[in-house]
Amino acid sequence: MSIQVGGQLSSTQKFWRFVLYTLLIVFAFVYMAPLYVMVVTSLKSLDEIRGGNLMMPPLDPTFDAWVKSWSYACVGVECTGINKYFFNSFKMAIPAVAISTFMGAVNGYVLTKWRFKGADIFFGLILFGCFIPFQIVLVPMATILGKLGLAQTTPGLVLVHVTYGLCFTTLFFRNYYQAFPDELIKAAKLDGAGFFRVFWRILLPNSLPIIVVTVIWQFTNVWNDFLFGASFASGDAAPMTVALNNVVNTSTSVKEYNVDMATAIYAALPTLLVYVLAGRYFVRGLMAGAVKG
Amino acid sequence: MASLQVNNVIKRFGDVEVLKGIDIDAQDGEFLVLVGPSGCGKSTLLNMIAGLDSITDGEVLIDGKVVNAVHPKDRDIAMVFQSYALYPNMTVEKNMAFGMEMRKIPKAERDKAVMSVAKLLQIEELLKRKPGQLSGGQRQRVAMGRALVRDPKIFLFDEPLSNLDAKLRVEMRTEIKKLHRRLGTTIVYVTHDQIEAMTLATRIAVMKDGILQQFATPQEIYDRPANVFVAGFMGSPPMNLIPAKIAKNGDGLSVEIATADERTLRLKLNGTGKGLSAHVGSDVLLGLRPEAITDLESSDSGGDIQEVECSVEVTEPTGPDMLAVLLLGGIEVVSRMRSSANVHMGEMTKFAVNMSKAVFFDTETEERI
Repeated sequence: MSIQVGGQLSSTQKFWRFVLYTLLIVFAFVYMAPLYVMVVTSLKSLDEIRGGNLMMPPLDPTFDAWVKSWSYACVGVECTGINKYFFNSFKMAIPAVAISTFMGAVNGYVLTKWRFKGADIFFGLILFGCFIPFQIVLVPMATILGKLGLAQTTPGLVLVHVTYGLCFTTLFFRNYYQAFPDELIKAAKLDGAGFFRVFWRILLPNSLPIIVVTVIWQFTNVWNDFLFGASFASGDAAPMTVALNNVVNTSTSVKEYNVDMATAIYAALPTLLVYVLAGRYFVRGLMAGAVKG
Repeated sequence: MASLQVNNVIKRFGDVEVLKGIDIDAQDGEFLVLVGPSGCGKSTLLNMIAGLDSITDGEVLIDGKVVNAVHPKDRDIAMVFQSYALYPNMTVEKNMAFGMEMRKIPKAERDKAVMSVAKLLQIEELLKRKPGQLSGGQRQRVAMGRALVRDPKIFLFDEPLSNLDAKLRVEMRTEIKKLHRRLGTTIVYVTHDQIEAMTLATRIAVMKDGILQQFATPQEIYDRPANVFVAGFMGSPPMNLIPAKIAKNGDGLSVEIATADERTLRLKLNGTGKGLSAHVGSDVLLGLRPEAITDLESSDSGGDIQEVECSVEVTEPTGPDMLAVLLLGGIEVVSRMRSSANVHMGEMTKFAVNMSKAVFFDTETEERI
């Protein structure tokens, strides 16, 4: 597609431009439709949902479903709302993301700037971890968590997510630091900085793009995980994703679509927010390792 | 201030021997330049002096003490890197003070040292900026400032000027020399540029393939290169190397150069031929710097001047002087003379050859005789 800056478009170009924008708008609608349905449904009353059209905007918008979902919807047998589980997810995601990002950075630092014999093989083995499906590790993981006394707890989930995320965070940081100039490290060593000083004062302050990439990646994965949450932390320590499932599957006399939708939006909000706030860096950071500088 | 000694230093990476026994020593206050083509091991040697690379065998001594096992930060050296290696996240001021900060020197003292060096290098107005906001020349100054502020025993420079444009490079070269005169600190300077080596050094170490070719003053290296490699590497245009034969000529010796029409061109050796008598009848390479071959009027006064008629193939005026490619015997040689010299392309002209500047090399070993 040719792009003219400042010039007049010919009539054929205008035609194709029209086709292009029409297509883009149509697809944008298609992609936005589910979110739209979720939002409007969550704002309708049950009567209106039963009687009306899925795509209709709410005639009498109400936040009742949101309030119910948050404070007294039934999650399984307990009808206390999802607020506890929402915070559970934060209690799990924040340490898991922080620890795995930090450890990935240290790994990347050692694998590129303090190379030891077999560093590349070591890195190759860590990479294997990226390709292991979740399901394979469920049983051994359960055994280990049981032995550590961490089964059905949030710290247990943190441990699982740190272990699993480490492969990815190491990959990100290792590739980013590969392009980080060695002379800077040498200069810092001559200046008298040791292993951790170089890391804290030179490497980390220059790693913002890759830190953002890693945090978004890890936060999205940890927050959205259902399998580990359902396997290792059902009950009081369950994360938001498990709670969402329980809200939707709790069988009472009626199916409360508006509450289900509100709960689903609660579950999606944090990752959306992280992406909106840091997305700019995400796109930049994904490129950062590829080109020097 | 300190002396530096490198004793039979060897560096191996796996099976590859990169440095094959280097011996160098620099007096206190000396400006030592390591020069050689890429891959000759000069940067590796510098890194070993700095302590950034381990020493496979041999010893490095600073001020008479073996420092092989001393950590880089305890060697009391400062280094200026080719890429300048300024910390991108810190201001110029913080960059310069970082080394002192690591040594836990109080802030007031750090600030004072940074200010005085900034004044010396005229970078006071840059102190609050980050490296990304500086031009190449400014970064270069800051990199030097960061080294200076430490007031080390020895400065190490790793090709510090090679990222600058030609004009700036000449300016900074002069500045570095001024700085050395002012501070009197020992400097080890790596470059692949032979002009930088000639202009800056008190002594030059010419290296090739991990072997030290010659270690001497710039003048000695220029006038009496140890071998064919040094003769060709130092000087621009390089020394003319002319295949020739030593012959007996009455009581004395002469050197014979074959011409295109199978005659020989004879140049007498008056006094310069000492030590050549053993080579009578054998092939040698006659080494003549371009400025040892001139037009008659601008020939050196004194010295052993001999006149030779040559045809002028090409003239190349450079401005300050003129280079001419001549046929001396059957061999093309480059001569350098005043730009006003009366020499024209395609003519036969008489030239003066200063035989007292001639050097001879063995064709087999390529060593100077």
